[in-house]
Amino acid sequence: MSKKIVHYINQFFAGVGGEEKADIKPELKEGVIGPGMALNTALKGEGEIVATIICGDSYFNENVEEAKATILEMIKKYNPDLFIAGPAFNAGRYGVACGTIANAVQEELDIPVLTGMYIENPGADMFKKSLYIVETGNSAAAMRTAVPAMANLALKILKGEAIGSPEEDKYIARGIRKNYFAKERGSKRAVDMLMKKLKGEEFKTEYPMPDFDRVEPNPAVKDLTKAKIALVTSGGIVPKKNPDRIESSSASKYGKYDISGFNDLAEADHETAHGGYDPVYANIDPDRVLPVDVLRDLEKEGVIGELHKYFYTTVGNGTSVGNSKAFATEFAKELKADGVDAVILTST
Amino acid sequence: MRLELGNIYINDVKLSDTTKVENGVLYVNKEEMLKEIGGDEHIKSIDLELAHPGEEVRITPVKDVIEPRVKVEGPGGIFPGVLSKVDTVGSGRTHALKNVAVVTAGKIVGFQEGIIDMTGPGADYTPFSKTHNVVVLIEPVEGLKQHEHEAALRMIGFKAAAYLGKVAKDLTPDEVKVYETEPLFESVKKYPDLPKVGYVYMLQTQGLLHDTYVYGVDAKKIVPTILYPTEIMDGAIVSGNCVSACDKNPTYVHLNNGIIEDLFEKHGKEINFVGVIITNENVYLADKERSSNWTAKLCKYLSLDGVIVSQEGFGNPDTDLIMNCKKIENEGVKTVIVTDEYAGRDGASQSLADADPKADAVVTNGNANETIVLPPMKRVIGTTEFVDVIAGGFDGSLRPDGSIEVEIQAITGATNETGYVTLSSKGY
Repeated sequence: MSKKIVHYINQFFAGVGGEEKADIKPELKEGVIGPGMALNTALKGEGEIVATIICGDSYFNENVEEAKATILEMIKKYNPDLFIAGPAFNAGRYGVACGTIANAVQEELDIPVLTGMYIENPGADMFKKSLYIVETGNSAAAMRTAVPAMANLALKILKGEAIGSPEEDKYIARGIRKNYFAKERGSKRAVDMLMKKLKGEEFKTEYPMPDFDRVEPNPAVKDLTKAKIALVTSGGIVPKKNPDRIESSSASKYGKYDISGFNDLAEADHETAHGGYDPVYANIDPDRVLPVDVLRDLEKEGVIGELHKYFYTTVGNGTSVGNSKAFATEFAKELKADGVDAVILTST
Repeated sequence: MRLELGNIYINDVKLSDTTKVENGVLYVNKEEMLKEIGGDEHIKSIDLELAHPGEEVRITPVKDVIEPRVKVEGPGGIFPGVLSKVDTVGSGRTHALKNVAVVTAGKIVGFQEGIIDMTGPGADYTPFSKTHNVVVLIEPVEGLKQHEHEAALRMIGFKAAAYLGKVAKDLTPDEVKVYETEPLFESVKKYPDLPKVGYVYMLQTQGLLHDTYVYGVDAKKIVPTILYPTEIMDGAIVSGNCVSACDKNPTYVHLNNGIIEDLFEKHGKEINFVGVIITNENVYLADKERSSNWTAKLCKYLSLDGVIVSQEGFGNPDTDLIMNCKKIENEGVKTVIVTDEYAGRDGASQSLADADPKADAVVTNGNANETIVLPPMKRVIGTTEFVDVIAGGFDGSLRPDGSIEVEIQAITGATNETGYVTLSSKGY
């Protein structure tokens, strides 16, 4: 039996009309329409588009929540094996709509999804990390190459086959790193790569440098004497015995601990959970990493307004940027809600 | 400088009343060996156990792995400045017992000892599942601080390797490999048309418990300098650290550095491999700046056309790696860097703590955060009680049935950044 697919396209590809029809609400049609026909043929009977949802690009982008809810309801009743959106080529609003709805189907209905876009479509940047987006040409003229590529990936997903590399399966790299055992050991690959580089031949780096996320510092605090200061550390200082068992490396969590009763951290009450540096000196005097003693002095001297009641802590050692961002997103809200004016972030 | 390295291939290790090699079997007199390597006042007890490839054995927590070698001809002895006098080594003849390793294990020192499984999925990730391991289990006296504990373990490991290495002195090697590096001007004269290539060897020196020693000198205190590659084959560089098991260089890897071997393969044919520049990975910014300035300066001074830079550890040393790469490239020297990745368990995060467009030729030895389930083993040498707290472990890593779910970070040598292993990582 062939697998069921629901397809999403915009008003233009449905043949309803151009910009003047971009405000049409989601409509559900049984069977295939527009590019779905070519897709169906390319699926060679192993998958079949059972329904097509059409929505105007303006309507979708101006009424995201409503559009999403309506479309998810429409898809639900088919319980498809796969949801395909687009391809959107370089149409910006269409690309964003395809990415948004595909992401929602994946997250909320737990149904596999697939879309296609030109690499510079803003939707590609927004969703390439979470979705398989087949890389297409920049206009509908590239339909001829987009359809077989999308059908190939669709069949792999439907059959539960392993997805190859972005080059092999022609999707936009999602930035997910996966391990594999190479044929040659790393040292040999390094020497071979150097030989090519020396000869001016083409070589392929195994890790393309990412665009680095650099954070601009905030402007200075205007009046420290009234400021509520919090301590946050990636140096792993925790109450003795590490009650929440924060990992020594690759932390999956952070801790929030009350320091209102402490003027000075000591070996008897605090320690470090961090596995990336010599813990001896931090354990003898945890203030070396989390300077509660100095901040209490500054509090007394009136240099700062007050030290916040809680400190937040995690282990920076080997902890992914993804986890770090998630931790800070969560506790930064708490810090703000608690009226903290500035944070001293200590490392190791 | 010319070194003949005589390899003696060992296919089994057994306990016996005499320590010797016969028909490819290494026999170990346990009592004699323990007597020779014991006696440290910081140590309560030492024991020996054997672990062979394919056995259902898990060794943990593993600190260092060392290959037994012995100096046969030429100045100095193995591990100069540490076990032997500080003569300059790297010439004459050295014998090595291949497929054998001394593994030091026992109560955890820091957080960063590793796991070696001799069979099962974990065995694929560690090069030391393929060696016959003489495991030295070392228990410290009560209350011993980490620094003394680390130093004691380190020395016992070297003594153990030297003790076993001694038996190779009078043996006829199965093969003899010759490695030769001519003095710079001579080699340039000899190979005028070959590109001059160097190796920038970054040594882990982030601090106590994170140290490497060069002729007995704590490498934190060196400025970058030049070594003949064969000096390293005689133990000029030894490990003294507890950095994450996956990407620290055990002494075994220093002795058998793959980049050095693979550069020698092409030496005199496609390249002129002129030598090794060693540098450190200190934590102070001024040290990082100075050391990377100096590696770049030395690359230029040697008129190198290309270099390979290898890293040890991760995070903080990523900045040293990128500084080295950027500054060496800025001197017009073509650079390839060798590293590993910490892209998160899902592989979706940035892999390095620093980046630069000049680093356009990167070899990666895998994402250390990827997790693996290691099935229970029939025998554990050491103890699994620290598995939850070693780097790569987490609360609940050790399961009631004895299986272990950890990041491959916890596996000794899994993502070794001298490219000693085949593991790599791709973008999806």
